[in-house]
Amino acid sequence: MRSSRQKNIVNYLMFGLTGLCTLMTAGILFFILGYLAYHGARSLNLEFFTRLPAPVGETGGGMANAIVGSAKVLFLATLIGIPIGFLGGVYLSEYGGQTFSFVIRYVTDLLNGVPSIVIGIVVYALVVHPMGHFSAIAGGVALGIMMIPISVRSTEEYLHAVPVSLREAALALGAPKWKAIVTVVIPAAIRGIVSGTMLDLARVAGETAPLLFTALSNQFWSPGWSKPTATLPVMIFTYAISPYEDWHRQAWAAGFVLLVLVLSINIIARLALARGAYVPRA
Amino acid sequence: MSTTATLDQGVAPPGGRVVSFRRRLRAGDEVAYLITLIAAGTIFLITALVFYEVFSQSALSRHKFGWSFLITSVWDPVAGTFGALPFIYGTVVTSILGLLVAVPEGIGSAIFLSEMAPPRLSNACTFLIELLAAVPSVIYGLLGIFILVPILERHVVPPLKSAFGWLPIFQGPFYGVSLFSAGIVLSIMIVPFIVSVSREVLLAVPRDQREASLALGASQWQTTWRVVVPNASSGIVGSIFLALARALGETMAVTMVIGNTPQIKASLLAPGDSIASVIANQFTEATGDLYLSALIELGLVLFGVTFVLNGLARILIIATSRKGAHS
Amino acid sequence: MATPQQQQILREPVIAPPEGAEVQKSHAEPKLHTKDLDFFYGNFQALHDISIRIAENKITAFIGPSGCGKSTFLRTMNRMNEALRNTRVQGEVLLDSQDLLSMDVNDVRRRVGMVFQKSNPFPKTIFENVAYGLRVNGIHRRAVIEDAVTKSLNRAALWNEVKDKLHKPASALSGGQQQRLCIARALAVNPEVLLLDEPCSALDPIATSKIEELLFEIKDTTTIVIVTHNMQQAARVADYTGFFLLGRLIEFDNTKTIFQNPSKKETEDYVTGRFG
Repeated sequence: MRSSRQKNIVNYLMFGLTGLCTLMTAGILFFILGYLAYHGARSLNLEFFTRLPAPVGETGGGMANAIVGSAKVLFLATLIGIPIGFLGGVYLSEYGGQTFSFVIRYVTDLLNGVPSIVIGIVVYALVVHPMGHFSAIAGGVALGIMMIPISVRSTEEYLHAVPVSLREAALALGAPKWKAIVTVVIPAAIRGIVSGTMLDLARVAGETAPLLFTALSNQFWSPGWSKPTATLPVMIFTYAISPYEDWHRQAWAAGFVLLVLVLSINIIARLALARGAYVPRA
Repeated sequence: MSTTATLDQGVAPPGGRVVSFRRRLRAGDEVAYLITLIAAGTIFLITALVFYEVFSQSALSRHKFGWSFLITSVWDPVAGTFGALPFIYGTVVTSILGLLVAVPEGIGSAIFLSEMAPPRLSNACTFLIELLAAVPSVIYGLLGIFILVPILERHVVPPLKSAFGWLPIFQGPFYGVSLFSAGIVLSIMIVPFIVSVSREVLLAVPRDQREASLALGASQWQTTWRVVVPNASSGIVGSIFLALARALGETMAVTMVIGNTPQIKASLLAPGDSIASVIANQFTEATGDLYLSALIELGLVLFGVTFVLNGLARILIIATSRKGAHS
Repeated sequence: MATPQQQQILREPVIAPPEGAEVQKSHAEPKLHTKDLDFFYGNFQALHDISIRIAENKITAFIGPSGCGKSTFLRTMNRMNEALRNTRVQGEVLLDSQDLLSMDVNDVRRRVGMVFQKSNPFPKTIFENVAYGLRVNGIHRRAVIEDAVTKSLNRAALWNEVKDKLHKPASALSGGQQQRLCIARALAVNPEVLLLDEPCSALDPIATSKIEELLFEIKDTTTIVIVTHNMQQAARVADYTGFFLLGRLIEFDNTKTIFQNPSKKETEDYVTGRFG
């Protein structure tokens, strides 16, 4: 029958066409990895991890201060973002009433969609301006705000996936609700929550725009928390758009380090999720 | 502590002691409730604060220029004249260009992953695409400057010009950094988001819809195109809105390849500028309150547009997955 | 009124049988015939050695406790199980003495239609639901489609209820109407066999009796295989009944024999309600 052969031909054609789309999309990852490994690994040396940036015009030097700076800013961000996000997620999953929960969920999604550069402006106005200078604290606040939405949603999702029977078992033994949540529900979901937090951290670790006018940058060490602080993403940006050959080399090296960091956290967290006890469908 | 609680409850005779104990328990729950409620409320406050700050901090510029801010094209910090049109133009053009490439590719991929591919292949590709979504935008910018722009310069633009050079959008010299380059980088960046959201809404279409179609002798593709995709259409539109919002707000990668030249040229090959880029480039060096206020007003515009787009997208996606859950 | 040319179109079968599928009218040959059929979900064997001959233009019912494999067996006969992941089938399934497992799967499903447990109309209009099967099988002439839709809705005893709202969404119909719409949709492509997987399990008694009536109406031209958990339903509608237990076909005979004089102890226990 003609129509059935035609049908099969179209079917194979569309299989190929949509498969090609997928190949193009997923293939980009290998391009990115390949170029960064090629240019980045070549430019990477011990100095990169141990030395301060060299003054303009001199070759060599490293980004030790930016690596430490990134760690500091991310530490602050986690301190700010995760408690709010986690507790908010617990509220949505365990305590929330219908209407208010819907509002919070919706607002969380909207906050997640706010362009990162706008978060930068707001933190500039709220933290940098009153303090009078750029600082690691401001950078931490900016990234912390960006961490909240994902933390909320992943916490809620993984708590929600804990079976009702488990909660009921705890409650039936006479435990008050909060104790059931703390001792039974959260431990049951902990793998998901921790993985979600790691993914969240990996996402903000690469954020550049909100740091441009909060943490700013620094060619030197920035002791304490209230000095302008260099971070890897901002260094990549400034070095990449600079006119110096040697800075380009270092931008590649920094890009490679950042990418390896972000992707390995992603892979570890996703593998942990794939083996978790309760894996909810997003 | 937990042992005492059970013991107490177990042995306490009915009477006043139990009531007061219960009240303490209730109090524990009230405290836990309150703590989490405060956290949830904080999220609401932060979002409100974001809006309040960009709104109030841009007051100076809004009062001085009014709506003409959006439709005039002179950006002269020295003279204190600020018009946002070139930036709005650049943002819109690059985002549309990005969508033109990303939407067909993204939806095609999502269809392949959720409907056509064998499960193992689908899982592997989904994993790769999720990783792709995690690549920081500054990395895209880095590759944009050093890899993509040279490729466009050598292999893409010359044939494009010789074939379509008569079109105004492909006229004039190409210096590498341009609206075109920014659009291409954006398209690469937003595909993963379209894929992951569209794939989810496609998967949410109930299986009995697919079975009904297959049982009538429809091929896999016919089932996908005539039944599954129409079922998921509003969610797919939602995913496009979401991607558009991301493209509009994308800063680093665009800044690095767009050329940062506030002008309105018909040619895509000319350099331009975008809202996010001008904020990124000029914010720290803005001197004077009006200049800063004008930049913040650009932020307000960006916030407003992405807020509306995200709001719409969420409604569409929620509507689709609800439909899936209930039928 | 219709021109001679249009009448010509109307008289033509809506879908011609595929080449080489000459229908054999000999009564000795069953419409569907399985030999030593095994079926696996991963490592779990859901069907064991099912061999059965299903007679043409009769109603055959499968009964058995839930999880006994009767639905799985039904779904091997139009290869719907292939849409599930990680499944495997062994043995033979013959449709008109031809190997069904090696035919084009789309042709199989067009010739062997299926109605599901839960009514699953598409979110389209009533008309478009019935027309769907024709359109995906390459029929685009408006007159042919309209004719087939009318006929199918008539055969599914739904025409009088929906003739004034053909272009309203199918979701506006009641549960029983939706299920009859799904039957009409399946009938529109003129299937030789119609498989029904507990089609009345979600319906009230009145809607159920309407569907049973329509099964009698269409059995002159269509071989019907119905899976049901309702023994009375099997006793009412079926010419032949098969009893499944734990993935095996325990007994298959005339409905009357199965219910009144079964030869196996398990069958007797089940039909008399002494089971489990």
